[in-house]
Parts: sequence; structure tokens; C-alpha cells
Amino acid sequence: MDQVTLFQNLVTGVSLGSAYALIAIGYTMVYGILRLINFAHGDIFMMAGYFTIFAVSSFGMPWYITILFVTVVTVILGVTIEKVAYRPLRESPRMSIMISAIGVSYLLVNSATYLFTGLPRAFPQLGFLQKVYHIGDVSAPIVTFITPVVTIVILFVLLYLVNFTKIGMAMRAVSKDFEAARLMGIEINKIISITFVIGCSLAAISAILYFSPRPMVFPFSGFMPGLKCFVAAVLGGIGNIPGAVIGGFIIGLAETFLVGIFPQLTGYSDAFTFVLLIVMLLFRPTGLLGEKIAEKV
Amino acid sequence: MLHIEDLNIHYGGIHALRGVNIEVPDRKIISLIGANGAGKSTTLKAIMSLIPKTSGKIVFNGKDITKMSTRNIVAEGVVLCPEGRRVFPDLTVLENMTMGAFLRKDKEGIKKDMDWVFDLFPRLQERKWQLAGTLSGGEQQMLAVGRALMSKPKLLMMDEPSLGLAPLIVKSILEIIKEINDAGVNVLLIEQNAKAALEISDYAYVLETGTVSLSGMGRELLKNDKVRAAYLGE
Repeated sequence: MDQVTLFQNLVTGVSLGSAYALIAIGYTMVYGILRLINFAHGDIFMMAGYFTIFAVSSFGMPWYITILFVTVVTVILGVTIEKVAYRPLRESPRMSIMISAIGVSYLLVNSATYLFTGLPRAFPQLGFLQKVYHIGDVSAPIVTFITPVVTIVILFVLLYLVNFTKIGMAMRAVSKDFEAARLMGIEINKIISITFVIGCSLAAISAILYFSPRPMVFPFSGFMPGLKCFVAAVLGGIGNIPGAVIGGFIIGLAETFLVGIFPQLTGYSDAFTFVLLIVMLLFRPTGLLGEKIAEKV
Repeated sequence: MLHIEDLNIHYGGIHALRGVNIEVPDRKIISLIGANGAGKSTTLKAIMSLIPKTSGKIVFNGKDITKMSTRNIVAEGVVLCPEGRRVFPDLTVLENMTMGAFLRKDKEGIKKDMDWVFDLFPRLQERKWQLAGTLSGGEQQMLAVGRALMSKPKLLMMDEPSLGLAPLIVKSILEIIKEINDAGVNVLLIEQNAKAALEISDYAYVLETGTVSLSGMGRELLKNDKVRAAYLGE
């Protein structure tokens, strides 16, 4: 692999990894607070893709309004899902809420197929995002260069929020002990809603960044990215925000370089992600930065 | 101050509280004693609206708090320091205390109360930046009490503050409870250690299978034959 190809792959891999990272943060934060793997998260991401299409193609919104609109609508969708499908099961065994999440995932895929048909829809041009930009011999759409920047900025904002603000403290408190948190006057439902607001807005932003350099959205568009980002969250240590970002980067880069180095293995790039997962689970089940499993009672 | 009238609770299919009446007057320490499963913790959880009530009425400072949310009850000044300490293990001591003051906006008051808590428990000040999960049992109990005080309680309810602690620490926790009460905070105390509880209480209620079977001044109950036989092991 010559130097140009190496850098080209690096840029693509980091960018893909950043988009994955944003989705993985959503998985990890919801898991951190509810101990729930939100299987519908990838499909919320897919819906955000469709919302973008409608914002631009049907309503002709400019790109900055589109980003705002898509974020708001995706957040409404996610918070509603939590209220309707997860909250009533809060006191039930964890398996019930997980199955409910799987149900929501299917519901979203099928609603998308029903509403938007199963035919892929073209993803619109969003302002300057798709303009091709050159750095030396490496060329890619601007969105490819922007994505990692956006992700890193969001990561630092989130780390500040979680570690240094009262709301973040409350989130960490709730994630450990619902009842004790309630006794402080913390409203659990509000904190959980805030978590979903954050997770879904990141999914929305990620959808715009992820789909921009790609031509199509279809109802199963969220399935593979969703699954891979779940893997990313587990790889980094589920419940841990920087871990999710690292996991996202690892998977994005691994996938890109596998295809770059062994083009004949292109068809196996998805499988490779899951091999990574299996290896990680075998040797370090808590993930790279994962919480210790033994908790002092 | 706190007035509980005919409280009935069904909990996990059993009739856990059967018409409990309790009165907590101003500026006093009141104890609830009784065997395991008598309904002591249930009573406190019900006051905080952590579990649903079947019937009954709870009035605090003339306000009916029976149907209030836990958040609003805390805002009224009723605070529960739960059984088993329940500090947030991966928050620091300081963060735990900040969580105690979650609903408060009076920055100066918070600062003052924090100094007061550090005054009561100098150990906490030394370990301000340490994760609560790394503290010893006794220190965690101090933190639990300190965190509860940060909510600026008018009525502080404590569920088994001495559970699982070394005798020396039990003694100092009980002394602190008196000190807190002297500072003008009403205390409703649950203790397995009935003798210690009765010694520092102004008044006590004995709960038996969900009803108040006996009540009286703390020191009088200490002399009561039935109490001595059942709870003091004499």
C-alpha cells in the first residue's frame, strides 16, 4: 500500500469510525443508566436518515435548518419510544425491556418499509458537505474531514457534562442507585429522558454525517451500523463514553483497512467486526475501558 | 410536625402496615423499634412515597404530603437516610454531598451546611476527593448522614444508621444524631439496637407485625418488661 492509499484509508477509516462513535455513545449512555441494550438505536439512526431526506427533498429546508429539524424530530421519536415502550417495564425483569427494545426495532423497520417503501431513497446533497476537498493527494468530501472533528468536540462536551455538572452527577448517581437518587429529590424519569435526548441527538447528527458520503437510505440501513456500533460500545467497555468512541474508531479503521489491504475480503468486512467482538469477549469481557464487574455492596 | 394517621400498606402481597398512627412532635427524637419485618422501613419508605400507600394520611407541617412525589416531599424538608448507607460508590465524597443538595439553589446555605457536615465528620473532609466506594463502612455511614443533612432536612429519618458498624462508631453516630437534633432538626430513627435508640429518644413506638403495639417515653420503655424481654434480650 503506497502512502497516498494509506492516508486515503486513514481518512476514510477515521471518519467512518467517528460516525460509529456517535452512535456507540448512544448505546453506552442508555446502557449505563438503564442497563438496557437499546436494540432500536440503530433504527432510530435509520429514521433520522429518512427525516433528512424529507427535510431537504419535500420541504426544501437549507442545510442548517435541516440539521436542527432532524435532531429535534429524532429526539422526539427516541423520547417517545422510551416513554411508551421502556418506562412501563422499568420494574419488570430486564429481559422484558430488552425484548421490548427488539420489538421497537422491528416496528421501526416495518414502519419505514410501509411509509417510505422498501426501495432505497437517494440521500440529498446537504450544502457544502459533499463538496470534494483535497489535502495533498488525498481527496474526500468535506463531510469526511468534518466528522472526526464533530465527534471529538461532542466527546469533550459530553465528558464535561457528565463529570463536572450537577446533571451529569445526577446521571451517574441514577445509574448506580435509582432509589437513593430519588431520595435526593432527583427525578429519575427526567434524568432518563435527558439521556435519551443526548443519545438520539447524537444518532441524528451521526445519520447526517454517515449518509452524506453514501448514496442511499433504505429501511435496513440502520441494521448493520447499529449492530456494529453496539459492538463498538462493548469493545470499548459498555457504559463508558470514551470507550465507545475508541471502540467506534477501532471498528471504523479495522473495517476500512481490511478492505484496503485485502480487497478480495471486501465481502467479509462485516464478519471481521464480529470476529473482533468475539476475540475481545474472550480475552477482556469488560471491554477496553469497561467498568469492573465486581462491585462493592 | 409529622402526623401519620391510619396508614395501611400492601407490599408484595402482604398487608405490611395495618393502621399505623405516629406523631412526631417538634424538636424531638422519635424512635421506631421492632423486630425484622415489623414494618419499620416500610413506614419510612411510604412517607417518602417510594412505595404506594393503600390508605391513610400523612401530614407534615400542616401540609398533606400523602400523595406528593418523592421530589416534592424532599423539597418540603422530609429526608430519608436509607438503610445500608446507599452512598453512590463511584461519586466522590464531595459529589455525594452535592447530590444531597440537588434541589437547593442557595449557594451560600449549601456552603455553610457543607462546613457544618465537615465539622461533624472531620473524616469526610480528609477524604473529600475520594470515591465513596473506597470508604470504610463507618465512613460511608457518616457520608450517608452528611449527604442527608445537605438536603437541609426539617425532619431527618434514619433507617438503621448503626447497622453493621463497630460499637465505637455506633456510639459516635448516635452522639451525632443528638447533636443534629440539638441543631434543630427533628429525627425519626429506626434502630435494631433498641437500647441505644431508646436511650437517646424522647419518645418511641414499638411496631409489631404492622401495627403499633406500644408507645411511650424512651426511658419508660427501657423499663417496660415486655420491651426488655422482646427487644433488649433481658
